[in-house]
Amino acid sequence: MSYSNHNIELHTNMNYSHKKFKLKTRQNLFGWVCLIPAVILIAAMSFYPMFKALILSFRTGIGAKMTWAGFNNYIRMFQDNVFIQALKNNFIYLIIQVPIMLVLALILACMLNDRNLRFKGLFRTAIFLPCATSLVSYAIIFRSLFAIDGFINVMLMKLGILKTGYNFLAYPNSARAVIIIALIWRWTGYNMVFYLAGLQNIEYTIYEAAKIDGASPFQSFWKITVPLLKPIILLTAIMSTNGTLQLFDESVNLTNGGPANATITMSHYIYNMSFKYVPNFGYAAAMSYLILVLVAILAFLQMKVGDKRD
Amino acid sequence: MIEKGKRIFQYIFLTVVSIISVFPLYWMFCAATNKSVDVIRGKLIPGTALLDNLKNLLASQDVAGAMTNSFKYSITLTLISLCICSLAGYGFEIFHDKAKDTVMSILLLAMMVPFAATMIPLFQMFSKAGLLNSTIGFILPTISTPFLIMLFRQSARSFPHDIIEAARIDGLNEFQIFYRMFIPTMRSTYAAAMTITFMNAWNNYLWPKVIMTDDKSITMPMLVANLTEGYVTDYGMLMLGVLLCTIPTIIIFFVLQRSFAEGITGAVK
Repeated sequence: MSYSNHNIELHTNMNYSHKKFKLKTRQNLFGWVCLIPAVILIAAMSFYPMFKALILSFRTGIGAKMTWAGFNNYIRMFQDNVFIQALKNNFIYLIIQVPIMLVLALILACMLNDRNLRFKGLFRTAIFLPCATSLVSYAIIFRSLFAIDGFINVMLMKLGILKTGYNFLAYPNSARAVIIIALIWRWTGYNMVFYLAGLQNIEYTIYEAAKIDGASPFQSFWKITVPLLKPIILLTAIMSTNGTLQLFDESVNLTNGGPANATITMSHYIYNMSFKYVPNFGYAAAMSYLILVLVAILAFLQMKVGDKRD
Repeated sequence: MIEKGKRIFQYIFLTVVSIISVFPLYWMFCAATNKSVDVIRGKLIPGTALLDNLKNLLASQDVAGAMTNSFKYSITLTLISLCICSLAGYGFEIFHDKAKDTVMSILLLAMMVPFAATMIPLFQMFSKAGLLNSTIGFILPTISTPFLIMLFRQSARSFPHDIIEAARIDGLNEFQIFYRMFIPTMRSTYAAAMTITFMNAWNNYLWPKVIMTDDKSITMPMLVANLTEGYVTDYGMLMLGVLLCTIPTIIIFFVLQRSFAEGITGAVK
């Protein structure tokens, strides 16, 4: 009697765990189904072309008549003056623009995070507004503002600072400066929003406690804000580095790479090499791989530095 | 006293930065409504030449065509991208295990791949497949992005597991839970994702420049860039083009601004 009872119990138990097992597998399967479209698309649209570009970078020639070139494309790159200039330009933009922009964004975010500030929404909207303009649009706006008959020159002449218009876009350094100013204008608000979002997660009481303990605003900035925002600062630094190494729209539409390739960026040169001049896909692919390696190295370095300060 | 001085400095600084941020856009608006000669003279008040500029612009470029293309490409991309990436983000977070976490970290590597490195093989693939000048060609490379997947994964973290369990007991299947419970609660994340995706799609310049070889398929940014080719610049017409190219993203920006900030805050947590 008891034996059969036990048997039944065991049976239902097994049935239950079997059912539960099936349910778990089904859920797990659904989890994978969720991922599949996204994973396939990234594999096919990023990783596969990346691999193809690597192969392409060791080949040379036009169209179907391509032959193996070994490392020739990579050697040629470092003898190509235009490419070296482009590489330098990308680094000039990176080293000057990214730190200024990130510091400015952080300062603005801290100011706007002040509880007692009025017109907060207005300031935030105004500063974030440049992000709503397309890259091509703002490049053209800045190009027009800084043109020889543009608004900046007109103002400088009206104020008596200049006698005749200064052609900002005709000299390498001033043209680069215009690109940097434009970049800062376009992206500061964007980074500020990330910092503001991060600041909202910091308890306001920490600042009040620090104030009672006699910390100056400067101290609480360095000792509280910066360490707590570190992951977001790291994120914005990596994103900006990545973006700056891939600059294209500004180089094309603001200066058209000029004067005489003095402001051209790597992506712009790669585009010209692939689609504007006689197409040389192999050489262009090799140059694009240098960007890939640089992005990877810089992201790695930034993550290292970001970790160390703990 | 020092407190007060600091406060005044804060307001002055923020006001100056705000003015610098808005000024180029205001100038663009003024230029679009003025004759080119007035723009060159430095006129800073909106004028009355808007219709003349519009007439010139329409005579020289197919604005309606480019507008239609831009909307068609951007809306299609945004809808498909949101579906696929939110589903993936949901899957990665709710059903997460070791294997899926590994897949995610591999996907994140794709964020580091510069577009210049994939552009040429993509162009070759797409021209072989006959996808040049097509909507599918425009959207395919950017439907699934690690950034969006991560945004949805981070937000899904705040989606309570109790709700899922309760829904399961109530007999909803897994897809219904996603569709009926997750999507409505994650509205602000969707708004943020929508803003980002639509703007990126609308503003994308390099990829359409590569695959839109036919004049009939060009986008608004390409049209605006075309306007600058030529020796004499008609600033009024040029800035009207820029204005038309900017209006849709500005509207999206104002409509979704609040939810955008909320969505990002949710993800950064």
